[in-house]
Amino acid sequence: MGNQIENKEERIPILETVDLGIDFGGLTAVDNFNISIKNVEIAGLIGPNGAGKTTVFNLLTKVYQPTRGKILLGGKDTASMNTVQMNRAGVARTFQNIRLFDTLTVEENVKIGLHNEIHYNWFDGVFRTARYWKHEKYAHERAMELLSIFDMQGMANQKAGSLPYGAQRRLEIVRALGTNPSVLLLDEPAAGMNPSETAELMENIRKIRDTFQIAIVLIEHDMSLVMNICEEIAVLNYGKIIAKGTPEEIQANPKVIEAYLGKQKEEA
Amino acid sequence: MNRGAVNSFVNYGLVLAFYLIVQILRANGDLSRAFQAQLVPICVYIIMAISLNLVVGISGELSLGHAAFMSVGAFTGVVVSTMLVDSVASTPLRLAISILVGGIAAGIAGIFIGIPVLRLHGDYLAIVTLAFGEIIKNILNTVYVGLDSTGLHYGMTSINELGMDSAGKTIINGPMGAMGIDKASTFTAAIIMVLITLFAIQNMIRSRSGRAIMAIRDNRIAAEASGLNVMKYKMMAFVTAAAFAGMAGVLYALNYSTVVPKKFDFNTSILVLVFVVLGGLGNLRGSMIATAVLIILPEMLREYQLYRMLIYSIILIVVMLITNNERAHAIKDRLVAIVEDYFKKILAPIFRRKGGAK
Repeated sequence: MGNQIENKEERIPILETVDLGIDFGGLTAVDNFNISIKNVEIAGLIGPNGAGKTTVFNLLTKVYQPTRGKILLGGKDTASMNTVQMNRAGVARTFQNIRLFDTLTVEENVKIGLHNEIHYNWFDGVFRTARYWKHEKYAHERAMELLSIFDMQGMANQKAGSLPYGAQRRLEIVRALGTNPSVLLLDEPAAGMNPSETAELMENIRKIRDTFQIAIVLIEHDMSLVMNICEEIAVLNYGKIIAKGTPEEIQANPKVIEAYLGKQKEEA
Repeated sequence: MNRGAVNSFVNYGLVLAFYLIVQILRANGDLSRAFQAQLVPICVYIIMAISLNLVVGISGELSLGHAAFMSVGAFTGVVVSTMLVDSVASTPLRLAISILVGGIAAGIAGIFIGIPVLRLHGDYLAIVTLAFGEIIKNILNTVYVGLDSTGLHYGMTSINELGMDSAGKTIINGPMGAMGIDKASTFTAAIIMVLITLFAIQNMIRSRSGRAIMAIRDNRIAAEASGLNVMKYKMMAFVTAAAFAGMAGVLYALNYSTVVPKKFDFNTSILVLVFVVLGGLGNLRGSMIATAVLIILPEMLREYQLYRMLIYSIILIVVMLITNNERAHAIKDRLVAIVEDYFKKILAPIFRRKGGAK
């Protein structure tokens, strides 16, 4: 575990992994994976294609059950939890290949994120009781409030599937925020965005961290984004962490350069 | 008022308009006997189609055994109705109680079948629902129920084995089905049931539960990652649909003097599925219209005798082609827009006065 992290500030680890690993058949996709995400921190997970970054997210959200090791959420072991329980316990995520509810409207997508915050049952829904109106009104207002983070209120009634690519990525983040997470996992949030969109996204990720007071872990290939906003970075290669540290440390690390660019020749 | 709410009210309006038109034609004596005999079945199949659309269109799971839930409701309803003949004098009340009990019985059957079936996906789920449909039909083929002064008797071998006294009345006689049913269904009752079904399913779709069901259909993994209990909402759609199919079954059975289990076989399930697919997946109004048209059509084609089924199938193919044609969609959208504008102009002053919607 990185000593640098502990020295910096007395922040509580919200999400911790201990020797996490998973095998697919004979293939070890992730092994000896140890990270500690502090509360209200932006952490980055980088590495070449196929390094196992998304697999780590799938482990943290229990899409896959780990073969080895532990995931501690707020200090508690999550061995018995499934994807739904992980989300309810405070882990929300977005997906590399966008997964929206395409035939639902933007607002309804956000309301799905708010699903566990609105409490009325089948009966209330069918008979339109006072409870239904009260909770739907709250859901509408809250959804609009969340959409305003990305200035998307105007798109509320559009079908999610018909949105432009960048807006779909932003909507996924809004939906994830709706589930009231303590840790937000963003899988390539800037993929397919142009430089100005990426710059805007960067500001928004900071804004989200500050207003919601949550930890954010992001997988990203856009190095300017990662180096700019991440306070801690872990580099993954062939399923193993090869380096951990601040952006400056990572940029100077020969192992990282090797993983990305190949081994340096003698004369170079 | 948003679009969903407007759509719901248009559907209620369509059902009421259908009811009024039929009543006027009937009063004037313009309806043939054959057509009048189809009125309750039309409503029954509309309920079947709407409820199956909840599973196939809204929840996105192909179910091929919907008629089985209809049969569970039908035979339960017949038993309840026969038991109540003496104690409940009012026919509508007896019908209502039978429908309620039949619906609950089918709902319970839905829970038992849903638990194993909903663990599967896609083609596998379809095949297993088909199998369960046949199982239920075959079980009903072996059910014998009779009623005498000591109460209800039931068995699975023959009616003689039940040990009823001489005044005993056979209610369900195995493969011969239910006999001597006291007809209780009326067109008015059937229309009320259609409205109740529409009310329940439309409101359910436009609520937290319906949203969750559609989200799971659109993307199961994202739904789980958003904290939705997938099994719970799949069950909710499946069981609600089963319960309404059961109620349709009661309405159907109490419209005749005899009903056999064979009526509720694979063919009936497929027939309802045809209504749903032709009307459009997830489109309740489409289901209603497709059902009404496809039941009335063979009746109207009766004079062509030999060519009846040929014309019927050609119409099916043509409708399929048109509903998948983009230009036809554009024309439809334009027509809908014109009609909507027209109604908005008429309704605008009314809503303004109420201080209601935009």
